[in-house]
Parts: sequence; structure tokens; C-alpha cells
Amino acid sequence: MRKYVPKNNVQGKAYYTDRFWVSPRVPRTEVKDAHFSNVIDALGDLAKEHYVEIGQLVVHIDAATNFEVMTILKEVCGYKQCSEQSAVDYLAKDGNFELFWQLLNYDEAKRVRVVTRLEQGMAIESIVPLFKSANFAEREMFDMFGIKVNNHPFLKRILMPDDWEGHPLLKTYPLFGDEKASWYEVDKIFGKEYRDIIGPENRDPGKVDIEDTKRFARIGYEVPFGTEYSEEEQEIEYSETALVNYNKKASKTLDERK
Amino acid sequence: MAQHQVNYASSAGLPIALTSVDKLVNWGRSNSLWPLTYGLACCAIEMMASGASRYDFDRMGTIFRASPRQADVMILAGTLSKKHAEFARRLYDQMTEPKWVISMGSCANTGGMFNTYATVQGVDRIIPVDIYLPGCAPRPETLQYAMMMLQKKIRKESADMKKNTKQDLTNQTGKRARLI
Repeated sequence: MRKYVPKNNVQGKAYYTDRFWVSPRVPRTEVKDAHFSNVIDALGDLAKEHYVEIGQLVVHIDAATNFEVMTILKEVCGYKQCSEQSAVDYLAKDGNFELFWQLLNYDEAKRVRVVTRLEQGMAIESIVPLFKSANFAEREMFDMFGIKVNNHPFLKRILMPDDWEGHPLLKTYPLFGDEKASWYEVDKIFGKEYRDIIGPENRDPGKVDIEDTKRFARIGYEVPFGTEYSEEEQEIEYSETALVNYNKKASKTLDERK
Repeated sequence: MAQHQVNYASSAGLPIALTSVDKLVNWGRSNSLWPLTYGLACCAIEMMASGASRYDFDRMGTIFRASPRQADVMILAGTLSKKHAEFARRLYDQMTEPKWVISMGSCANTGGMFNTYATVQGVDRIIPVDIYLPGCAPRPETLQYAMMMLQKKIRKESADMKKNTKQDLTNQTGKRARLI
């Protein structure tokens, strides 16, 4: 018999998981391309691990050497554009962040991804002197993950307000926000004492409040708009149309035989 | 407007129309509603289309104004993020009385599909709303209809704005919401 699993929160979480599911991985191949081989040679010992994924070179480096690696990639290998830079939260799984930089070489039409791991609380060196586009990307990384960047020209939050608490892209951050986030606009505009008057956010789109007679009407217990909720039952009157009289009992009685 | 048609022949040919102050004031208010050009997201595109030549808000006396000091209707068109809520409220406060608010689209009404930490879950949490306009995004005709409903509402109001109660959706009993 199948094991019983409580189903009182089936919409909140998946109660069925495939035990034999294996998530597909992107195939990795050795570096055969001449240009990528030159890149690996130029990096030398700085490249700890390297492989090709979907025609794109991936290089794993030490977090401390990121500026050195970027300098070589830009000056020697011709990667003139840093198109993407961010982080991934692996705190629960591995206890650290994965940081990545996506670089583009126009002349060779090649892309390189530089990947590193960074412990929580550690800072990374800014690459803004090399790539101007990293300015906003590093600010966003700081905003979303709380990863500090050394020697950044202007490290402050970019998307969230300056007085926001928490870093929303961390896996520990709740989707609907923590308590501070859920009252943010009320606290800021009206003050904390207005929390009781305005009330908590309605995060449930299907919420029905029977005592709220301004938004909802309850069939059989109708009261005028805005007046107090009542348990007193109201008789339902149906209209009599030309074709059907809804007030008449519809069911046929089989016993009546002539 | 004229409630009592005057028989000109019997009143020495005087062009007189009798009405109440409320009706006269509201006639003026409702027929020149000037909304604030204030777009927050994709609903603003529909709002702009309503103001442009095809749908032509001008013929209803509705002219978009670029300053809150000159506007008397605020159309909250789109997703209101929590970072921006403060500024939306400030713009509302800068508008002179009498003023009305239309909440345009699902995001402004309830937060819509943005059930996240960064979005205000309904602009009525920070600004009193007169008309809720559903849709994602509502078409320009719908916005025009909302504007007409607002005109209808204004015509029923008192000329003395202090007598007009603003939206108050807090529970009559003051108790915590009970779920069924």
C-alpha cells in the first residue's frame, strides 16, 4: 500500500516527488579549440579547472585572484566586454556563494565564463577599473546577496531602497518578505502606529471575510452595505418569470396517481 | 443641470435656470477632471493611448497635467513598488483638494500577479481610492468608462468636500478579519 502523506497543504508544497528523477546536466567537453587553448595557457596556474560547455569556456579560479585573471583576459586574450556578473546562493548546499563573470571577445566571437566560490562574509575585488559595466552589476550583487566588493567607486543598493533590510535573492529570504518588508510602505509613510489601522497585507487572493460587509455579501445573510455583520437568516426570494416559477416546488410527486 | 425649467414667456423673458449650489459646483468639477500624467507600468501605455487622438480624452474635458498642483485626479496606472510608494503618496499629498483617485489595473488594485516582497499589495493601503478599474491591462475604453463612473460619483457628492467621506474599508466592527 502507498504510504499515507498528509494532504492538508497540497497547494502549498508538492506532496509527490519522483524518486528516480535525475536532473539533466549540460555536457562538458575538453578544451580543443585553439583560441580557448591559448586562453588557458595565458592564465597558467590561475585556472584551477577548465572545460567547455555549449561552445563556451568555463574557468574556475580562486576568489582572491579575480582581478588578475580579468586583467589577463582583457589585455592578453582580447575579452573586451563583461556582459554579465552576479552570484548564486549555495549557502545551504556548500556553505558559500558562486560568483561568475561572463566575458565576450568581439574579434574571435567567443565567450568565457569565469567562476569562483566565495565564503560568506568575505569580500571580492572590484573589476570596475577594467570593465565599466561591472559597476552596476556589482552594486546589484551587493544589493541582492550582501556580498561586499572592495575598491568599488560607489557601493550602495541599486534596486531596493537604501533603508531596506535583508538581501532578497538569498535563498533564506522569504518570497513575501520578512516582517519589516511587509510593513515597509506603511511604516515609511504613516508611521508604525498606523499598522493596526491599515492592517496586514492580504497575500491570499482567494480570501473571503464574511464580517466585511463592504467588500463581501453573504447569500442568505444579507445586510445593507457597510452595516454590521449579522447571523440573522434572510429569506431568499426567487423571481417568478414567464416560463418558470422558482418559488414552486419543482420535484414531482410520484404517489399522486389518478 | 437645470432642475426647474423656467417658462421664459411668463417670467418676462429672463434666461434663468434654477439649481442648487451642489449641482452647480459638481457640474464644474465633474466636467473638467484633470488627471496627473503618472504612469507606473504597462497600464500607463493604455492611459497614454486614452489621452491620444484615437480615444481622445480631451472631448470629455479630461486633460492630462504634468504637475500634481494642477491635477485633481490621480490615475495609478501600474505596479506600485514599495520603494516608490513613498513618492506616490507625496504626489497625492501635493494635489489640491478636491481630488480623486482611480486605481487602474490588477497590480494597482491588489498587487496582481506580483505577490512578492517588493510590491505594494493594493494601492488602497496608502492612498484612498475612488474607482477600482479591473483589467490587465484595461483597454482605453475601460479607462474612459472609469472616468465616466468617477464623473457620476462626483455629481452625487456634496460641494463641501468635508462632507464627502473618503474610502474606508476597515472593518465596521474593528475586529480582525475572520476567514471562511
